[in-house]
This record gives sequence, structure tokens and C-alpha cells, in this order.
Amino acid sequence: MNTLTSLTVPVTLLLIGGYGVYKKTDVYDALIHGAGDGIKLLFRILPSITALFCAIYMLRASGALDIICSIMSPLTSFFGIPEECSPLLLLRPLSGSAALAFGSDIIKTCGVNSLAGRTAAVMLGASETTFYTISVYFGAIGLNRTRHAIPAALCADVAGFIASAIAVRLFFNT
Amino acid sequence: MMSKIWVGMVFLSIICATMNGRIGELSAAVTEGASASINLVMSIGGMILLWSGIMEVMRRCGLAEKLTKLLTPVLRHIFPSAKNSPEVMGDIAANVSANLLGLGNAATPAGIRAAEGLHRLDGRRDASDDLCMLIVINTASLQLIPTTVAAVRASLGAVNPFDILPAVWTASVISQTCGILSARFLSKLWKRSKV
Repeated sequence: MNTLTSLTVPVTLLLIGGYGVYKKTDVYDALIHGAGDGIKLLFRILPSITALFCAIYMLRASGALDIICSIMSPLTSFFGIPEECSPLLLLRPLSGSAALAFGSDIIKTCGVNSLAGRTAAVMLGASETTFYTISVYFGAIGLNRTRHAIPAALCADVAGFIASAIAVRLFFNT
Repeated sequence: MMSKIWVGMVFLSIICATMNGRIGELSAAVTEGASASINLVMSIGGMILLWSGIMEVMRRCGLAEKLTKLLTPVLRHIFPSAKNSPEVMGDIAANVSANLLGLGNAATPAGIRAAEGLHRLDGRRDASDDLCMLIVINTASLQLIPTTVAAVRASLGAVNPFDILPAVWTASVISQTCGILSARFLSKLWKRSKV
């Protein structure tokens, strides 16, 4: 299993590059141009990450995070979600950068291979910024009557969070 | 909305710090947080650049279009109202395949075109079942390789940052399935408008 997942990314690189060469695409030129766009992306996310990191470090230093975690702990422990991940449940649907900032803080403080660190990573990887997506789509077509879109999307989020915690326990025997 | 969340977080920290007698730590945290953000962005930067390059290769060599063709038969069952409109069906398939490959810049424009198309085909003033379904699918993750979070894990010393892939795929499939099923069931609870 471990070698298989280690191979996923190198083999993906080879397959995509190989397919590109087979299709006579200038693979190297595309790589360089794409990476150039990546720099723009990095500079676009940096300001919001800085603002949010400040707020998150303040929340942690003040002890507010511990209070939030202990308030949510009956709920999270019922579903087997590590207590440290509970602020992530609140922030993930609202803001992508806040969730990334928070998640990386959990991974750092609890450890990359800890239960909480892995669960935070899987939660980030298996979810989207729900409210942002909904507002972009309904905003673009100018529609207010969203019917069941929001409740159904939140059902998917909750299921994803619980499944993340269970999947981490299942795959890593912790 | 983000303004309220941000100010709320700062306000809450000040209240809690005063109660817990941690004012000194609080002010140190402001500087620490600001410099930690630069460290995070710099340490995940290399992976983001590499992956943006790979995405450009996928876009240029037509891999996304290939996936779009493969997905169309499955999507016909999920979006019955678009069955007779190849144009709208194509936009939906392009949106889903770009999401799978992690091509965020291509997924959103295709998704918005698909949403507009579904709304036009429906012709009423509220969101149709298929439109809600499209949005629910987009709010649950479809991405096959979560590169950003893997970059974060790598920057913090994970030996194999991608060892979470099977867990991510399992959780994503469960989340998508729940989203599709609840969109189906909940659609019956919200009545359609007459016009």
C-alpha cells in the first residue's frame, strides 16, 4: 500500500508528460508557463494567509481555541473526530484560506503522522469551500431561490468530515 | 463576511486572553503568526509551482477533453434535464473533469456556463433539481490529487506526504455520495415555483 501511494505522484507525472509528448505538445514549455501562473497564485493567497495566521495564532495564544474545542468535544468525540480538528469543521465551509491556515497549524502542532494531523489533512483534501462555491454559482446566474442546495451541500460536508476521521483510523490503525 | 469572521476572531482572542491572563502571549502571537504565514507559503511554493505546470500540460495536451468524453454517459443519469442538450451536457462534463484533475481555473467558468445552461433549460425562477445537484457536486470535493495539503505535509517533514490518498479518496466518495443522495431526497421537500 505504501509503495503504491508513493508511486502515485511520480507515475502521474510520467503519464501526463508522456501523453503530452505523444500528442506532440511542447511539454516543457507548458510546464514552465504553468509554473509562472503558479507564482501569481502564490502571491494571490499570501495576503489572506498572513491575515488569517495572525488571527489563528491569537486565538491559540489566548486559550480561545481550547474553549472552542472543549465546547465541541461531545459532538466530535461521538463521531470519532480528534478534538483538535473541531475549529476546522466550523471554518472549512466558510473560507478556503482560513481552513488551509488552520489545518497546517494542526498538522504542525500535532505532528504530520499524528491522528489529528492526518485527519486535518484528509478533511482539507476531501472537502471544498461550500458557502463560497454556492455564492459564486448562484451569484453568477443571479438566483436567490436556492431551494435545497445549501442543506444538501452541508449534508455532504458533514458526511465528508466524519468519513475523514473514520478513514484515517482505518488506513493507519491509530 | 470574511471581515466579520476576522474581526470576530481577534475580538474573541482579546476577551479570552484577558480572562486567562495571557495578554503577553497574545501580543507575541501577532508577530509569530505573521512570520509563520510567510514560512508556510514559501515552503509549499515549490509544489504549487510544479503542479501548476503539470496542470498546464494536461490542459494543452487535451487530457481534460478526453476525460470529459468518458464522463458524459455517467453524468446523463445524474442530470436528466440536460440529456437532450449536448452543449449543456458538455459544460457539465468539462466542469466535473476539470475538478477531478484539480484544474480550478478551468472548472469554475465551465461550471458557471453549465449552471446558466441548466437554468435556461428549466425556464423557471427558482433553482431546478439538476441545478442544485450541480452545485452540491461542486461543493463536495472531486479532486483526485490534493496537492496543496500534500505540499503542507511535505514542508512539515512527512516522509510520504501522499500516504493520505486512499483516505482522501474514501472520504471524498462518501461525501459525494451523501451529497447526491441528499440532493435527491431534499428536492422533494422544497416545492418548485409555479413560473
